[in-house]
Amino acid sequence: MIRLALLLLLLCLAAPLRAQEAVTRFGTGATEMTIRSTTDAGIFRPVLDAFLEAHPDLSIRYEQWGSNALYALSREECDAGRAGADAVLSSAVQHMVELVNHACGWTWRSARTAELPPSLRWRDQLWGLTREPAVMIYNRDLLAPADVPQSRFALLDLMRQKPGLLRGRIATYDIEASGLGYLFAFSDSLEATTYGALLEGFARAGGVATCCSAELIRAVSDGRFLIAYNVLGSYVSAVAPRNVGVVLPGDYTLFLSRGYMIPARAAQPQAAAALLDFLLGAEGRALMAAAGMIDMSGPSETGLQQSAMRPIQLTPALLVGLDQQRSAQFIALWRAAFGPGEGLPPAP
Amino acid sequence: MAEPQSLLTRVTGAVLSLLLVGGILVALVSWANGRAAARESYDRLLLGAASDIAESITIQEGRPVASLPVSAFQLLAQAPDDRVAYAVRGPGRELLTGHADAPAPRARARGADPVFFDAQMQGDAARYVELTRRFAERDFSGAVTVTVGQTLRARNAMALGLTQGALATAAAAGLALLLISVFVIRSAMRPLVAMAGDLLARDPYDLTPIATSGVPAEVAVMLSAVNRFMARLDRQFGAMRGLISDTAHQLRTPVAAIRAQAELAAEERDPERQRLALSRLSARTRGLGGLLDQMLSRALVIHRTESVPREPVDLRDVALDVIEAEDHAHIAPGADVGLVIGETPVTVLADAFSLQEAAKNLLVNSLRHGRAPVRIGVEAAGGEARLWVGDAGEGPPADLLERLGGRFERAAASGGQSAGLGLSIVVSVAEAFGGRVEMAPGPDGFRVALVLPLAPEAAA
Repeated sequence: MIRLALLLLLLCLAAPLRAQEAVTRFGTGATEMTIRSTTDAGIFRPVLDAFLEAHPDLSIRYEQWGSNALYALSREECDAGRAGADAVLSSAVQHMVELVNHACGWTWRSARTAELPPSLRWRDQLWGLTREPAVMIYNRDLLAPADVPQSRFALLDLMRQKPGLLRGRIATYDIEASGLGYLFAFSDSLEATTYGALLEGFARAGGVATCCSAELIRAVSDGRFLIAYNVLGSYVSAVAPRNVGVVLPGDYTLFLSRGYMIPARAAQPQAAAALLDFLLGAEGRALMAAAGMIDMSGPSETGLQQSAMRPIQLTPALLVGLDQQRSAQFIALWRAAFGPGEGLPPAP
Repeated sequence: MAEPQSLLTRVTGAVLSLLLVGGILVALVSWANGRAAARESYDRLLLGAASDIAESITIQEGRPVASLPVSAFQLLAQAPDDRVAYAVRGPGRELLTGHADAPAPRARARGADPVFFDAQMQGDAARYVELTRRFAERDFSGAVTVTVGQTLRARNAMALGLTQGALATAAAAGLALLLISVFVIRSAMRPLVAMAGDLLARDPYDLTPIATSGVPAEVAVMLSAVNRFMARLDRQFGAMRGLISDTAHQLRTPVAAIRAQAELAAEERDPERQRLALSRLSARTRGLGGLLDQMLSRALVIHRTESVPREPVDLRDVALDVIEAEDHAHIAPGADVGLVIGETPVTVLADAFSLQEAAKNLLVNSLRHGRAPVRIGVEAAGGEARLWVGDAGEGPPADLLERLGGRFERAAASGGQSAGLGLSIVVSVAEAFGGRVEMAPGPDGFRVALVLPLAPEAAA
């Protein structure tokens, strides 16, 4: 009995440590390939189903991971020279860049990859697949249309002018728990001086740092938060609650391309390369666009100037954010504004 | 026997091997240069990035802290596809931030800073720089080293690009060289082909010179040699033709006379008259013999002037030899011949034998046709040498003088003897050695002189 309790306890402890959230299997082909991704399997299902239809000999084991855990595992396997996943797809592209920089990637060149712009392709080992904006979302019922901030400047003004309205009701990703949240925050800090003012504003308004896109969106829909900052737009359109509005900040909007890499020790690199070419092909792109992962809207639809669109490029410059001292400073500054994480296990 | 190799093949082969050797050299040199250039330019980027990072280090609460600048990575991104490693280490080489596996230079040269070195980066060759920044603050003192490294893709691509550029240029230049050499050889050899065609198409007796205008100097040399050779052939042919026709012409009359006298002698019944006829016949044949001697001597002189090399000859020796030979004794037995020569040698460039023949003929002519006393003399004046024979008479009549020296001329008084032939030998010798024959009444009688240019050293 005690043993069983201990075992259960161990399992409970192990699960968050491993941070493997779900495993889904697609297809029935003899050759199984493993994909590790930060994306919800449900969002990817139509794309993978279409791919398997064209490749009936394959089946896919789809593991969903938190971005930090996925990076830690991939790095560990790479250093140990162990075969792990056949493909890794992460929204925390700085992790992907670091993996490729550490010679953990498998090289693949094809007509499809050659069509990618240089900013979405690095060393033919890392490819940017999607185009997803970092947006602000708000509760339509609780926030007056006049108060909806269309830019970071408007958000700053709102926090300054109506401190009571937003106190404790504005949220963003916990940058220590979410690699994507860290990437967005760090990119903000490089992009404009508004970042410092925003941190200050969040500190005054009692901003909340929390985890995970789905929870953020639900909390905004429920009215627990009025505004959530730097949420990945594709998740919002996937869940699409009726009362949640989306703003692409007019001063600038970050666009993320999820990074796809094939580990150097992958057991099925050819299958992973076939999946890559499928995802970069017309059908794959159409299916991803339908799933909200490729935002093709131009300036006329979003009201966003071309110059305000800031794609996050897949370059070694992303390594700066991973530097131990720099990220310690960055996180310390950020923690000073938000305080310790809200009921979440502190990230390792 | 092997086919003679064409000049074009030879030059093309030479140019090709030159290009091959040159190409290999150019490839090696430009690869070395390209590598050096790539190394230098990308080393600067590395150093720039390392300096950026070193610049960003500050001391916070007694610890060096790097605030890694994005600009450093933007510099490194000039090599867009190269992997990057960096490390910032404290005084005890403990890692402050960056990649723990970034290597240190093996043997650090004392005082050298920055240090560039080659090392591995996760199995790939890479280039690193290490830079030291020294701090002397109240709460921290010591050296902080910054190591930045990059793999070599961009360097190799640049070196390869530079090499390819240099090779392409060299190949283009080589091709141009090849084309030009083929063209030049073709155009230079064209006159030779034309010349060969000209020679083949020629009449066998046509020995006129080939035109040398418009041919390259090298070919013109050969062409003028051919022309000189043909001219010599032409002269030899002419001499032979002359000899044959002279012989036929000269021999016809005496042979006819001999035959007539022989028939007369055969029909003569009176022994006394027959003996007389026989002695006339004998005189005739002797005269024929002398004529033959002269004709042979003339042919020999003409042949020698063509073929024997010229050498310095003292005309005084020639005059002495002629007198000592006493060939004239049988023409005018007992005749005295005076010798008029000076103390200094009179040297000309000629053939001694030909000159002697000429002198003999002059002397014989004088003895036969002139009035005693006969003298032979040598003198030099005005850059010209003279070998003359004079007598006390007035010389031949003016109209005969006009025609003398021609091949078939014979004075009416010669009576079957060959004065004209003798003089024509003198004229031939004079022409062969660039001189002339002068016939003029002198202060003490008539003189015939062979005038030749003095040899250069004697004239000086």
